[in-house]
Amino acid sequence: MTKFEIRGLRADVLISEDERQEILKGVDLTINSGETHAIMGPNGSGKSTLAYAVAGHPRYEITEGEVLLDGENILDLEVDERARAGVFLAMQYPVEVPGVSMSNFLRSSVTAVRGEAPKLRQFSKELQGAMKGLAIDPSFAARGVNEGFSGGEKKRHEILQLEMLKPKVAILDETDSGLDVDALKVVSDGINRAQSDGGLGVMLITHYTRILNYVKPDFVHVFADGRIAESGGPELAEVLESEGYERFVKVGA
Amino acid sequence: MTTTNTEPKAHSHGPGQIPVSKLDTHGSHDVNDFPVPHGREEEWRFTPMRRLKGLHDWSGSVDGTDEVTVDAPEGVTVEQVGRDDERLGTAGLPADRVIAQAYSSFERATVVTVPRSLVADKAIRIDRKALGGTAFEQLVIDVQPMAEATVIISNTGTGVRSGSLDVHVGEGARLTLVSLQEWDDDAVEVSQHNALVAKDADFKSIVITLGGDLVRLSPRVSYTGRGGNAELYGLYFAGDGQHHEHRSLINHNLSNTRSRVDYKGALSGEGAHTVWIGDVIIGEGTEGTDSYENNRNLQLTDGTRVDSVPNLEIFTGEVQGAGHASASGRLDDIHLFYLRSRGIPAEEARRLIIRGYFLDIINRIDSPELREHVMEKVERKLAAHE
Ligand SMILES: Nc1ncnc2c1ncn2[C@@H]1O[C@H](COP(=O)(O)OP(=O)(O)OP(=O)(O)O)[C@@H](O)[C@H]1O
Ligand SMILES: [Mg+2]
Repeated sequence: MTKFEIRGLRADVLISEDERQEILKGVDLTINSGETHAIMGPNGSGKSTLAYAVAGHPRYEITEGEVLLDGENILDLEVDERARAGVFLAMQYPVEVPGVSMSNFLRSSVTAVRGEAPKLRQFSKELQGAMKGLAIDPSFAARGVNEGFSGGEKKRHEILQLEMLKPKVAILDETDSGLDVDALKVVSDGINRAQSDGGLGVMLITHYTRILNYVKPDFVHVFADGRIAESGGPELAEVLESEGYERFVKVGA
Repeated sequence: MTTTNTEPKAHSHGPGQIPVSKLDTHGSHDVNDFPVPHGREEEWRFTPMRRLKGLHDWSGSVDGTDEVTVDAPEGVTVEQVGRDDERLGTAGLPADRVIAQAYSSFERATVVTVPRSLVADKAIRIDRKALGGTAFEQLVIDVQPMAEATVIISNTGTGVRSGSLDVHVGEGARLTLVSLQEWDDDAVEVSQHNALVAKDADFKSIVITLGGDLVRLSPRVSYTGRGGNAELYGLYFAGDGQHHEHRSLINHNLSNTRSRVDYKGALSGEGAHTVWIGDVIIGEGTEGTDSYENNRNLQLTDGTRVDSVPNLEIFTGEVQGAGHASASGRLDDIHLFYLRSRGIPAEEARRLIIRGYFLDIINRIDSPELREHVMEKVERKLAAHE
């Protein structure tokens, strides 16, 4: 049983050396293990900022609040320590790291997160199995991390990492955008597999209800102007899809 | 600092008139043809003259000795020759006073011959450990028509060394030349590699510079026949106070010749200074030249200095392709963030990224042992500032 709590979180985007802008204006959210929380909200409202700030992205600075994983404030931890503590972020725009092969990268990260190097044979088997489950061609293992991957291929590899690293909490930032129908199904299955033992808490950032047909949310939150403006059950997603965010944007402004 | 000179030149007018290039393809074997440089000359302005240990105005004695081991496969000959051997100095003229001085002062030289059509079944290795003092040397590698070979030259130890390496790649021949500069921290090397690439010949040069107090190495290529191909790759890593200078010149003096230059460096520590000068000339009246050069530098700490200067001079309108790129900067913090966000500790993430950065150069080396050796050396230098 894991409890992931975001409390009163405020954060700035660092624009240049002496320019910054507040984006998160007090975010409160609690995710228990096994729960799926969908976050929906207009462009620019700060959803990715929330995801990046929690992960420790260097372009964002948290000015107030805390993020607790089973009571421990992970904001005191370095970026890699947060990941090893069990927080995972699937990025909206995964980063290309040229020259570092996907398989080397995954072996390093699995070793770091599990605290010991997996046996090479066992690791290869596990990786091949996970790739197959996500309909990723084996040749990708030898390519550079996200190097020249299409948008959809990058998203699949984010979920591949989710499955290999088995975190306690996963923030999935628009993992569904840019996916064709088949890929959406494949990726959703991957998320559901990761959650199948009941331990994983998921924060699913999305613009579309399409993915929510496959990955069923327990809660839906409306994110507007740097905070959660309204929360509800799965039915809220339908309302948002038909009515849009207008009402919340006005409230927030 | 990065400066770029790219100047398409107008055709010259009138018969017999030759356009004047700012890039100097001229030179001389006679040291007296070069005035003593003071350091402000174009070809010396990046070099710390005081650390040349007097090479630019030589008056001392030749007192250096080397321990050399040569390992050559069957059929390849390696000869020690005297000053009067006609094969010496035949692939290019010394382009500066130090190289001319070395030519005027050397006593013995080495000639490696790969005879016609011989395909050497293993690499020719020349391991040279310098045992202090100053020495001048000449080396000739003659790969005769249709032959194929790999030559690996390893430089270690300490001292002050200068000289020329003259390479002939005969018609249809192939040569891969790996030159490792793994000197001790107080060594000084100033040298010039001249290559003459014949019709349909293939020349690949891989320069790995990791050691020394000052290394200044000038690879120069010209062609004796159409269809010649020259690829110059480089990897350098300057640590505290080290000066690594690479000055390449590709002279596309004939039509349908190809060249690639790709040098990648890293700098780490106070006073680390690297210089890359990439000169390319596409000659008057030539056509079908295909040329590209690239230089990248990774500045890993404060207190480092990079100079990167591509010079492309084109004297014809009939170029197939010519371009260059040069970029220097810090380790990308977003790359680091991505790897660390997957639990990989900061130092390991840095190591992975830098390995990845050098990978395409290192993969040009055929031998897996040598690739691993270079990677290990790079990682050791990396560890110095963690
Ligand atoms: N470097 C920057 N300089 C200026 N503004 C920035 C910078 N980075 C982010 N922002 C601003 O921060 C705000 C929040 O951006 P964020 O990416 O968190 O939005 P989002 O809710 O994820 O939007 P989307 O739905 O389009 O992905 C936006 O208005 C964006 O323009
Ligand atoms: Mg976003």
